[in-house]
Amino acid sequence: MRRELYRFLKYSIKRGVSLLIVVVIAVYITILIANMGGYVDNIIKSEVRFRIGMQVNQNPAYKGLTPREKGELIEKLYQKEIKRLGLDTPFILRSYQYMVQALTLELGRALYLTSDTGSRSVKNIILERLPATILLFTTTNLILFFISLFGGLYASRKYESKFDKLIVGLSPLSSIPGWFYGIFMILIFASILHILPYGGLVDVPPPKDPVSYALSVLKHMVLPILSWLVGYAFIQTYVRRTFFLMFSSEDYVEMARAKGLPPRMIERRYILRPTLPPIITDFALTLISSWMGAIITERVFNWPGIGTLFYMAANLFDSPVIIGEVVIYAYLLAITVFVLDIVYAIVDPRIRLGVT
Amino acid sequence: MRLILQYKCAVAGLGILLLLIGISIYTVIAIPYSEATYLWRAGEGIWLECPRNAMPSWINIFLPKKLPETIILDTKRGSVGATKVIIPFGERASKLRIELEFNYPYDDFPSEINLFYTANYSRSSPHITIYWIKPGGKEMRLKELTLKKSGAYYISNDEKIAQKLHDYIYQKFGEEPNYAVSPEIGLFAREDSSILRVETTSPLKGRYKMLIEGTIFERNVDVDVKLIIYGKVYGVAGTDHLRRDLSIALLWGTPIALSFGVVASVTIAMIQMIIAAISAWYSNKIDFIIQKVTEVNMILPFLPMLIMLSVFYSFNIWMLLLVVIALSIFGSGVKTYRAVFLQIKEFPYVEAAKAYGAGSLRIIFLYLIPKVLPTIIPSLVLSVSDFVFLEAAMALLGLGDPIAPTWGKVIDDAYSAGALYKGYFYWVLEPSFLLILTALGFALLGFSLDKIFNPRLKEI
Repeated sequence: MRRELYRFLKYSIKRGVSLLIVVVIAVYITILIANMGGYVDNIIKSEVRFRIGMQVNQNPAYKGLTPREKGELIEKLYQKEIKRLGLDTPFILRSYQYMVQALTLELGRALYLTSDTGSRSVKNIILERLPATILLFTTTNLILFFISLFGGLYASRKYESKFDKLIVGLSPLSSIPGWFYGIFMILIFASILHILPYGGLVDVPPPKDPVSYALSVLKHMVLPILSWLVGYAFIQTYVRRTFFLMFSSEDYVEMARAKGLPPRMIERRYILRPTLPPIITDFALTLISSWMGAIITERVFNWPGIGTLFYMAANLFDSPVIIGEVVIYAYLLAITVFVLDIVYAIVDPRIRLGVT
Repeated sequence: MRLILQYKCAVAGLGILLLLIGISIYTVIAIPYSEATYLWRAGEGIWLECPRNAMPSWINIFLPKKLPETIILDTKRGSVGATKVIIPFGERASKLRIELEFNYPYDDFPSEINLFYTANYSRSSPHITIYWIKPGGKEMRLKELTLKKSGAYYISNDEKIAQKLHDYIYQKFGEEPNYAVSPEIGLFAREDSSILRVETTSPLKGRYKMLIEGTIFERNVDVDVKLIIYGKVYGVAGTDHLRRDLSIALLWGTPIALSFGVVASVTIAMIQMIIAAISAWYSNKIDFIIQKVTEVNMILPFLPMLIMLSVFYSFNIWMLLLVVIALSIFGSGVKTYRAVFLQIKEFPYVEAAKAYGAGSLRIIFLYLIPKVLPTIIPSLVLSVSDFVFLEAAMALLGLGDPIAPTWGKVIDDAYSAGALYKGYFYWVLEPSFLLILTALGFALLGFSLDKIFNPRLKEI
């Protein structure tokens, strides 16, 4: 017992450290790319110089100065501003600082973007957008998860039935991504039928009382969810079905059948139990990547989540926001992977003992 | 091969792909790339004779009400119905009379009317008066113009005519029309009580005439005019908000999409497989490093990384392809393939090869990879459309190739111009249709190949 605990702890720490190293490297690469190896500094510097030059030239208080005095004043203010922005240290050193800050979740201040409340803090900006994304894509993925789980079970139970054939036949629908169906959904339900909105989070102006606000949000969620269902529900059901079918021909399932156990029980105990861990892993990873990877769906539906934020930040060269998002994403992913690893280690002795 | 043909799906998929390849070859030969990009980027100058936001011409087959084609009457080109007479008059002057006559058999109003002219005078500019004569002889004076050397009279934008037509309708029927009478409606509308309602007003079919009379104050002056009655349909694919012929982008989008998808999918799968084979074969430090790199790569979100790089470096399509490949070669596929290679590594034939002294590289490339290759062909074919859509997605974010016309670019233009709000559905549907066709082709082929190469799935 003690030895097992020791082994388990050793495994967990090893796994945790290795994931942490992976996160550190990923974040550092992101910082390098987001600053274009220091090129973004030059853009910011030239903008600062331009802005200060304009300010000095337009300020009536400095009208009496000679051009040389003005030049010196601009230079002085410029150096001050550069120092304030921390751009006076070389990039390599700063990239290290950035990394430490990013890893300790001190995400700093955005260069251009602000939150709706006017805050420049990257954390506030991201936290303001995060709920919209989580709301939409968690709902979508939960629906997809349950549809594919129960659909897959049903199809595998009724193998070769009409339902099963329908699922197999419709699975090629997923060779087209969900956002693309979104365009058609908008075309049909918004442009032609006028029954659902084109996009956005709520009606404009937003309703005052919470109930109709929630209803309005719900109404705006229908089309994005629907387009993802068309895009991904069939293929996921198909994948689950095949998975269940593979497991339902295992010897121990045949054995259970031979024993005369009721089908429901076989399903629950002999098919679902061994297949659930990989299914949940899959779900957890899809969920987390959907928070980040739905930029295009958010663009198509004009959904004000972190995908849209990322796109805006990238277009404005607002590297602190970009880095902040990637850091949060990397952390979430790493933590999820870690938790799943640990849970498996507890559940599955093969992993714990290092036998794969 | 016969096995493949057994499957109707595969045949259909192949048919679609051959069609797309045929379109690609035709496009590359018929419209050289430089010409296509020139036409696509040239601005409105060279597209002046095309209507704005026109639907494709073939739509008329399905419509009970025929939408108008564009009618061009050019005295220089000597179009049918365009006659020009210049008669010397007095010492130096001459009289000019141009008649532009055309038949208008359509059920809808034109989208725009413009008159372009050139006059090669040296000092005193000619003076003209323009009349509009409807079928039945109803005449209206449109405008008096002093000509520049070359210029245009944008009839549709002439507020005075719009006002005049409005007043005319009010006088004639004693009632205000319930819409703003634009020149292209007023000049073509049937003049009965239907003109008062925007829902009922309809064009009068028949022969219309534009009459231009003028005086030229110099000898040997020639005046040419070009009247363009812009229709609401154009060509095979219609036009966009900049009057560009969409067929150029749709045609050129085909080879670009196909090559992008196929190159990305094949290269990534190949490189991933080689990396996985090396990783599995050596299973020492190299393996460890490859596994770590893969893990780092999997933590980095693919699409955001790609977007970030595209924004900072604004790639053309081939750079985008390279970056997509670079970001994907250490993808999750490496892990999957590695697991397969780890099994194959223990097979007797590999042991045998090792025993007679085959080198590592020889075993990797001649024994391991060829064994796995056939099983990945289906997923390779299936993943082509992922990359085709990836390109479209990048274009939709405004991050596509800045020069090349692609399907995604057309959708992006349409989206930015609010095509779905304004009802220009063809603009979104045409590139979408081609994208779906591509996806369908690869999906049909891929799924049937899957049945052939991985028959285990069939049993289940």
